[in-house]
Amino acid sequence: MFKWFGKVNYTPYTKVDDFARYLRDGRLMGSRCKSCGATSFPPRADCDSCMSGDFEFLELSGEGKLHTFTKIVAAPTGFEDVAPYIVGVVDLKEGGKALAWFGDSIAEEEIEIGMDVQIVPRIFEELEEIKVYYSLEQPGTTWSKVN
Amino acid sequence: MTRVGIIGVGHGVFGRRSDATVQELAFEAFRDALQDAGIDRDAVDASVVGSVPEYHKQRSLAGVIQEYLGLVPKPTWLTEVACASGSAAMRTAWMAIKSGTHDIVAVIGCQKMTELSTPEILALMGRVGEVQWESGFGTTFPGYYAMFAKRHMHEFGTTREQLLDVAVKNHHYGALNPYALFRKEITKEKASASEDVATPFQVYDCCANADGAACVILASEGRAREISKIPIWLDGMACATASMSVLRRPSLVGLPSAERAAGEAYAMAGIGPGDVKVADVHDCFTIAEIMAYEDLGFCKKGEGGPFVADRQTYIGGKVAVNVDGGLKAKGHPIGATGTSMTFEIVKQLRGEAGERQVPDADVGLTHNVGGIGQYCFVQVLKRD
Repeated sequence: MFKWFGKVNYTPYTKVDDFARYLRDGRLMGSRCKSCGATSFPPRADCDSCMSGDFEFLELSGEGKLHTFTKIVAAPTGFEDVAPYIVGVVDLKEGGKALAWFGDSIAEEEIEIGMDVQIVPRIFEELEEIKVYYSLEQPGTTWSKVN
Repeated sequence: MTRVGIIGVGHGVFGRRSDATVQELAFEAFRDALQDAGIDRDAVDASVVGSVPEYHKQRSLAGVIQEYLGLVPKPTWLTEVACASGSAAMRTAWMAIKSGTHDIVAVIGCQKMTELSTPEILALMGRVGEVQWESGFGTTFPGYYAMFAKRHMHEFGTTREQLLDVAVKNHHYGALNPYALFRKEITKEKASASEDVATPFQVYDCCANADGAACVILASEGRAREISKIPIWLDGMACATASMSVLRRPSLVGLPSAERAAGEAYAMAGIGPGDVKVADVHDCFTIAEIMAYEDLGFCKKGEGGPFVADRQTYIGGKVAVNVDGGLKAKGHPIGATGTSMTFEIVKQLRGEAGERQVPDADVGLTHNVGGIGQYCFVQVLKRD
């Protein structure tokens, strides 16, 4: 059900398909290679350390620190209706990086590189079809609080 | 193995070219390059086209260009590595000559972008970011470089003013380049009053989409010496990659592909960064030029901001950079940018750059980046 992931989804079919199902249920998953133990976020099915294709999902805390960000004003096709929006790249506590929008719990003027953020699974509530994503929120924010 | 020499270069006007198809743009540059080389079309053994196919309605561009240039039935092929497609075409032509397969190869970088709308182009370019985990959040090409800029400012204290110094310099030289899209000087005041694109970038931090073509004709050492009074030697021709996804990169304050390609190109040519007198670097955004100074070793990591503010990259400074106006003022018809850079350095090394001439230019460099650094090609060019 990877087609659920993202406001616009360009990759409906993937070996890490279940990522979006977990996200709908409020769980943020990375991957772990069953052969060598290498972990990854974003998750990947095929290990780039040992080349094994045997992986499992691994739940992440969603805690991280802001690496960098920008407010996108000139938006591409499919995003004009939500512009401007602030995108951040986060260094995750368990390793790896994630890219996401800032959510409502953090005001624009509070945003600074190095700040602690919480990645929270989200559902686009205004849409009838299922569309999931994640947003960057104040530490301690939980899935049930925002959805 | 033979050295590879550049015997001819040609360039069309960059801009909104509603007067021409992409093959007509290619023709202008190719005809100029033939005249510049002083050879007949029949002497050309093959062509390589550098372009990004998604912008054109015509599928399989190399074929239509080969026909329009009158080069059928000789071989042709297309290379694509986003905004570095022109340099990739040069690299495959260089390889074809090195291997002895061909003696003379015409490389045509060309692109028609302005038939698409700006949001469509933003969407296309944004998808040079990784589409599975990033594009679903509406990332754009300026947005990625804006995030590099924010991080660079955070780590090294690079300032908004220093970013604008790049734009002011490149517009200063672009005003003197007859092929440039923008032929006007700008001030920092004007640049900082322009509309926001992706913070900290405003309109004047960003290169413009454009249409255009530039052609470079390469030859084996023997043929180059026969044909050309001043052959320009392509002695360094390196390429390296970085991960497609920014999420897989340990650092976002430089392009690892550029650093690696530069090291290889210097080693191939037997020079160091201090030997380069003139360079064309990939300033798709103001921060990109500052990172290029650092990745190429023109200054230390983190010192790119003061380097431009101190006018070290103007003519008369340590190394003249983008004195043709760069992507910023020339415009960025993506497939044509790599060959346009080589065109400028060839003119500089021959001493034919007119009022923009860098004195005593004997070693030059091009730095052509694809996407957000996924690909980087670095060329070192020399004259005898």
